Amino acid sequence: MQFLQLIISGVSQGCIYGLIALGFVLIYKGTETVSFAQGELMMLGAFGGLACMTLMGFPFWLAVLSAIAGMALFGMVLERAVIRPILGQPAFSIVMLTIGVGYTARGLITMIPGIGTETYVLPVPYKDEIWTLGALVVNVEQFAIIAATAVLCALLFVLFKYSKLGIAMQASSQNQLAAYYMGIPVQRLNGLVWGLAAAVAAIAGLLLAPITFVHANMGFIGLKAFPAAVVGGFSSLPGAIVGGLVIGLVESFSGFYLPDGFKDVAAYVVVLIMLMIKPNGLFGEKLRKKV
Amino acid sequence: MRFLFKTDYRQDIGLAKHPGHVFWYSLLALLLLAAPWLIAEYWLAQLTFVLIYAIAGLGLMLLAGFTGLFSLGHAAFLGVGAYAQAVLVGAGWPFPLALACAAGLSAAAGLVVGLPALRVKGIYLGMATLSFGFIVEEVFARWESVTGGNAGMHVKAPTLFGWSLASGEAFYFLCLTITVVATLGMLNLLRAPTGRAFVAIRDSEISAQSMGIHLARYKTLSFALSAALAGIAGALYAHKLQFISPDQFNILQSIDLLLMIVIGGLGSVHGVFLGAIFLITMPQAISLVKDYLPAVIGQAPGLQAAVYGLVLIAFVLFEPMGLYGRWLKIRAYLQLFPFYRKGMFKRQKSFQKSDRLK
Amino acid sequence: MTTTILSARDLSVRFGGVLAVNKVSFDVREGEVFTLIGPNGAGKTTVFNLISRIYTPTTGEIDYLGKKLTDQPPHAIAALGIARTFQNIELFEHATVLHNLLIGRHTHRQTGFLRDMFFTPAAREAELQARLKAEEVIDLLHLQHYRDTMVAGLPYGVRKVVELARALCTEPKLLLLDEPSSGLNVEETDDMAFWIQDIQQELGITVLMVEHDMSLVSKVSDRVLAMNQGEVLAMGTPREVQNDPAVIEAYLGTVDDVSSLRRAA
Repeated sequence: MQFLQLIISGVSQGCIYGLIALGFVLIYKGTETVSFAQGELMMLGAFGGLACMTLMGFPFWLAVLSAIAGMALFGMVLERAVIRPILGQPAFSIVMLTIGVGYTARGLITMIPGIGTETYVLPVPYKDEIWTLGALVVNVEQFAIIAATAVLCALLFVLFKYSKLGIAMQASSQNQLAAYYMGIPVQRLNGLVWGLAAAVAAIAGLLLAPITFVHANMGFIGLKAFPAAVVGGFSSLPGAIVGGLVIGLVESFSGFYLPDGFKDVAAYVVVLIMLMIKPNGLFGEKLRKKV
Repeated sequence: MRFLFKTDYRQDIGLAKHPGHVFWYSLLALLLLAAPWLIAEYWLAQLTFVLIYAIAGLGLMLLAGFTGLFSLGHAAFLGVGAYAQAVLVGAGWPFPLALACAAGLSAAAGLVVGLPALRVKGIYLGMATLSFGFIVEEVFARWESVTGGNAGMHVKAPTLFGWSLASGEAFYFLCLTITVVATLGMLNLLRAPTGRAFVAIRDSEISAQSMGIHLARYKTLSFALSAALAGIAGALYAHKLQFISPDQFNILQSIDLLLMIVIGGLGSVHGVFLGAIFLITMPQAISLVKDYLPAVIGQAPGLQAAVYGLVLIAFVLFEPMGLYGRWLKIRAYLQLFPFYRKGMFKRQKSFQKSDRLK
Repeated sequence: MTTTILSARDLSVRFGGVLAVNKVSFDVREGEVFTLIGPNGAGKTTVFNLISRIYTPTTGEIDYLGKKLTDQPPHAIAALGIARTFQNIELFEHATVLHNLLIGRHTHRQTGFLRDMFFTPAAREAELQARLKAEEVIDLLHLQHYRDTMVAGLPYGVRKVVELARALCTEPKLLLLDEPSSGLNVEETDDMAFWIQDIQQELGITVLMVEHDMSLVSKVSDRVLAMNQGEVLAMGTPREVQNDPAVIEAYLGTVDDVSSLRRAA
């Protein structure tokens, strides 16, 4: 029974990592940039949901939808303002830029007088509820995470499989100039990709908030999502979720069975092992330059 | 307007390209030597920090700026050096020996990271170094018997052949000497085949291989040298602060080091020093300006993070060549006055091309 | 008595389901200019990549001066005396032309990293020697004007010459040139022809070349190998190969072929 409990908590934590990793992979597939700002976007989404629910008094579902929509818009604005001008620069510069965006977001939130430094509880209807299935005790919050992730994945799968969007995204990430020539609206695509990634981050933030509470340093969980993306392979969307699940499960089990402290580094040890045996991740593609 | 007329290969190989260089750098050397008597003790301490961060920055610039291997966990090497020094000096080892060992241990750590790094590129290398950084930080926190864990560790004052180096001036001169030696070593490497091999690996690995450059050997060397420099910086940092704890060597410190070399100017030794000066003076500048801003902004706790983030974004967007790049443009303007053309340093519009296929 | 400097026997390489090179055998004699011709995708550059050990052959062997190349790691090839240029120019973009050439001297380095770091008199002397050698190549290819320019700012034709210069700086015995005249205009191609002849006659370097410009091929080559779809079509003197019916059908085309393409007047 403990075993099953560990699995459920591992899977639900893994879903969060998977969702954030999904955002990374979306941006990587679309623009081949690695965004270190996903964690902070998640934090902003959680704060946005909080503001909608408490400050503006929206009912739950309206608050959730407006937070997600708001973040999607913010993602597109971010792309337009800071990412678009630097596409084409070496990858490292772009990484530094997104680190800067993350810093700024965290700093600005902390600066908001009175609100920034506090920790808040997100008033979700299913807060603190538990379901008992026989001897199994399931935290509804964890269940909500798993269910929402599954629904989101299904939606994204349909989106990419049955539309030209997926191919267009990959084309513009591999060779932007050629994509322009082929009539692909590259800039609109990039905006869409960033908007989508920000929306996914917002969903992750809203799902995570009941468990970790809403505070300015929430974004650091985003750093754990990188191992998830590495395990799954940076260019694979299902890989991101699988990677997240792997990391979540590893953390859950090592927290229980291994001595103190291993839980925090378990994810990173997995990354190093992964990079040694299968550098491109479970689902990644191996490309080499043709000279 | 200065034209460099070269009449001898030695001129080309030498470090000082023309008499102007000799003059200005000699002046700088004199000012640095006279610093303890010219500036207040507080600013001398800040200058010492600039030198310490510059040593670490030299290492990271060698790895990231010149060999093209981006390390997102470099603070780990800083920490290895700091803890090694603290433990060895605490056990009674003489200072120079402890310093050499700290450098050696950091270099060994660099090898440990470097070897698996040979198989991975780009973002995956970043992830590997990031992971390594987290693991090392956790090791510092858990290995309480050696490091004192999260409670931290006190560091004894450095002594050299019986003289105490604990005073601000003496320690400053120690750091200055080490910085000068490290910088000269780096400049020498860069004007010799080893340094050129590093640059070759950065620009085109396949080409470098076909020129006979052993990729694995040079990448590992780069990691080891860069880690050794970070280790030395860490040891000096430990002595300066007299107290170290694991959270001083976390991801934020690694990002600070990267910030330093990016804002300073990737790919130049000048950039290291400009970046180090920026990193140390920025908090000072913020606290100076704070009092003039409305309390809402000035006294807010997140101000420093927000400013750092905005400055980083601004530099990447508008001045990718960093502070050194900006200085080159200013110098060109002054040298060519009034013939400076607006488009001289204009960047071509660049289009995104897949890095995986590079 | 001409000695064979390079000998490829039954060379094959498979990438997934594609057989890029299929049982290719040829010999390169010392001091000659040997050219590979064939349509795009014939496997010519793949053969080069097999010799430079960027790829490993699935079957077959390459012998070079008595050594088996397939046993060597990629970075050992330059030290053996084989240098190459790349079809799509792989120069070091953020270094000057001179630095690119000096990197070409890497296999002749005299100092390890310790002596470099302290810049001992030995290191200084080695630097000067390297500079002298690089200048000889700059003289040969008239690159003085571009010596201190960043490669990133150079026009395409000059880059091709710098690529050739860098390969020459390694002091090779065998030089692999991958499409040396692609992207060059008539004048630049003429210069290239003269340089290839100089390299062969004055420097005594054996040249193995991939080329599409048939006039350049006829002008400088001693022997030609025609390939198509990974297989050898014909091997012999330029004249023999150019008149071979299989080669004409696969690659060169006849006068009739061209006239059928001419628009009706």
